[in-house]
Amino acid sequence: MPVNIAVLAKQVIDPEMPMAAFRIDDTAKSVVPPASIPPVVNGFDENAVEAALQIKDSQEATVTVLSMGTSFALDVMKKPLSMGADELVLLQDDSFENTIDSFFTAQVLTSAINKLGGFDLIICGRQASDWDNAQVPLGVAEILGLSTVALGKKVDVAGDKVSVERVTPDGYEVVEAPLPALVTVSNELGQPRYPTLRGIMAATRKRPTIWSASDLDMDAGQLEPRVTLRNLFIPVREQQCEMVEGEDGADAGRQLALRLREAKII
Amino acid sequence: MPEATGVLVVGDSIDGELSPTSRELLAVGRRAADDLGEELAISLLGDTLDVPSQQAIAFGADKVYAVTHPLLAEAQVELSLAALDSLCREAAPRVVLIGRTNEGRELAPRLAFRLGVGLAQDCLEVSIDQETRTLLANRPVYGGNAVAVVSLAYTPQIAAVRPKVYEPADPDSSRQGEVVSFPVELDDSQARSRVVNTVQEEAEGIKLEDARIVVSGGRGLGGPEPFQDLEELAKLLGGAVGASRAAVDSGWVPASYQVGLTGKTITPDLYITVAISGASQHLAGCSGSKVIVAINKDAEANIFKEARYGVIGDWEQVVPAFAEAVRELTQD
Repeated sequence: MPVNIAVLAKQVIDPEMPMAAFRIDDTAKSVVPPASIPPVVNGFDENAVEAALQIKDSQEATVTVLSMGTSFALDVMKKPLSMGADELVLLQDDSFENTIDSFFTAQVLTSAINKLGGFDLIICGRQASDWDNAQVPLGVAEILGLSTVALGKKVDVAGDKVSVERVTPDGYEVVEAPLPALVTVSNELGQPRYPTLRGIMAATRKRPTIWSASDLDMDAGQLEPRVTLRNLFIPVREQQCEMVEGEDGADAGRQLALRLREAKII
Repeated sequence: MPEATGVLVVGDSIDGELSPTSRELLAVGRRAADDLGEELAISLLGDTLDVPSQQAIAFGADKVYAVTHPLLAEAQVELSLAALDSLCREAAPRVVLIGRTNEGRELAPRLAFRLGVGLAQDCLEVSIDQETRTLLANRPVYGGNAVAVVSLAYTPQIAAVRPKVYEPADPDSSRQGEVVSFPVELDDSQARSRVVNTVQEEAEGIKLEDARIVVSGGRGLGGPEPFQDLEELAKLLGGAVGASRAAVDSGWVPASYQVGLTGKTITPDLYITVAISGASQHLAGCSGSKVIVAINKDAEANIFKEARYGVIGDWEQVVPAFAEAVRELTQD
């Protein structure tokens, strides 16, 4: 039996965009997507795709990517397909707007996972670079009652178990958990692979499954918002930087040491 | 559930002592409890809890829930979770504060989902809105480029608080408090994931999290070799070496060096950044440093907005001369 893997991925505003382009709409309490910079697949979610594809490299596996949002840039969301994933399921509805509420997002994703018949292994990025909540994956695991390993940097499946090298503050530990399981991964997993030409061709032809809220069986009580966004602002940095200069770089280095000594910092 | 009241800190002990994060949470929790005019409790999980229980009272707790069970001697997340789930249902706190430590990163969201409530993640500031008696939490979003103020609609209102943001109160050993034993039923099969091997990767010397001086390198170093220069400089200063995520992702240093939003949060007296541009994600891990020094050849680099002292220059020229001068100045 092939290992049936799902990857949860989110389309986000490119976190690498210049900070000058970062603007907030005070009325909508949201970040304004910069007009000239396309969105991206959340970086840690690309690590999750890579983790799934590494499993698929060594054994029979299918990789389904699921995403929730109000609208999608199809060429962006097809990137996991061009890297080698098999299926793409987009949960798209105007009501899927409040992604700061992880409880809501996890409920929607869970109902789609159930509709797809469940998976042996669900792999997710540790957090999304927009709201940095780091909650949805663990929430999905809790709702589905899956065994869970957080912050993996290497994920292997052997038989009915998943084995994960889990990042710790001073190294890593190897954790085993029974399938079905959910694993979150981090950047320590390594650079995601580049799409191949063949992959890009296949992805172009592939049509994603698109479901709206009405296609999903959801309990209204579970969709009540848990988190309310009261305000959103850009923090003001008030630090005044004293520039230490010198005749050349080396002199500036010496002057810096003197300045720090004067200020009794070293 | 009975009517919710009070503030519960999810505490922990390290080597038999109340952890630094728990002490910080008690300071935050004390203020919140006083604003509410309600009780401050702390939960401690383990097999022997006498010492940390008394410390918790000295640091501000009115009540200690001592959750003892032989299986809780090791902090297995699923067992801790089961214990905290029962405690929250039974004690029905209005507010729960958890430290966003390595364990808390997993524990807090799972507890919130298990209780069917919301969580304010990675908070820099929590306060009580007197009018509504609800928690207000400030949390960084978009990699720290923005701050979101959130409130939570369900009880308990759970906040995961970033470590090292709040200062603990001065302990008062004459404070009175109550230690309540909270028995839980656990069985080994609840611990589904198991650690089969542990690998230490950390560099020798002072731990990055504890160092009073930290020298960090970034993408601009261009490779692993320059980190040897930084190691030498750090040794000279009695400090430790850190890195930006870019340097870790390039494989130049182990992940345990990473300072930032998804790496370590450090608050040294002196933080020297070398060839680090200063993305918000990095600053999220070091902005609590007392003094930041930036060495970068790009005058426009964001790090200069956060730094107290800056040198615009090529690290290859600046750092060796800086190190040499430090050697001379600190010899006497």
